[in-house]
Amino acid sequence: MENRMTVRKWFWVWDFEKEEDWLNEMAMNGWVLDGVGWCTYHFVRCEPGEYSVRLEMHPYDESYLAFMKETGAEYVGRMMMWIYFRKKTAEGPFDLFSDIDSRIGHLNKIGRMLAIIGLANLVIGVTNSINAAHIGWVNLLCATLLMYALGRIHGKKEALERERRLHE
Amino acid sequence: MAEGFALTESTYYILLSLVRARHGYGIMQQTEELSNGRVRLAAGTLYGALSGLCEKGWIVQLPIEADSRRKEYKLTEKGMQVLCREVDRLKELAENGEKILKEG
Repeated sequence: MENRMTVRKWFWVWDFEKEEDWLNEMAMNGWVLDGVGWCTYHFVRCEPGEYSVRLEMHPYDESYLAFMKETGAEYVGRMMMWIYFRKKTAEGPFDLFSDIDSRIGHLNKIGRMLAIIGLANLVIGVTNSINAAHIGWVNLLCATLLMYALGRIHGKKEALERERRLHE
Repeated sequence: MAEGFALTESTYYILLSLVRARHGYGIMQQTEELSNGRVRLAAGTLYGALSGLCEKGWIVQLPIEADSRRKEYKLTEKGMQVLCREVDRLKELAENGEKILKEG
């Protein structure tokens, strides 16, 4: 029986929770994430439910990875700004965020990144259009998509903020 | 997070754990133990909170010992004041709750 498998799959940035759910479903079915690439997920065989998988946008930070290791989480890989971790379920529940504040903080981090890349595309797109370079529309399209993504992330943030008015 | 406001549960338990010097994982264990398993600090939440609390000067990172790669943290005097004030505030909340409910 084959022990390794690669799946190509696309997730929009605002669907990062769905991505995480899918990775955990895979682990429930006996395939745990072992590496990531551009729209590519590498899996290895595991006992069904042996691992939980989490992902997070976090700038590369050695001391954070060391900290995570100390808590029993295993670093799987990173793609763009996203870091993937897994942890054996036998070692206890595995979450990256345990309160609303830090969930909002995470969404802010994603939002800032989208805004920066979106703005850069807008500037490049406008400059290229003014210079009559036809490629400018590609950047403008990217900028539009990134702004849409920013809106989706902002919506998630507002939902959490409403919740925080009543409790932590 | 202004000084006069209520602490979050995470912040409260982190400060409480750091009355004695502890490393990150030690804080998670201590918090879980103190709250009888009710409060579990997730790693990402704790990591963010620790750097925020260091910036505020409520806790400090201790010099890393040669034989250990783990960072240890401890409450500062300012952090201790914040913690004591919070305990008083929580006492007031709990006492008022009990009083009113008893009068029922």
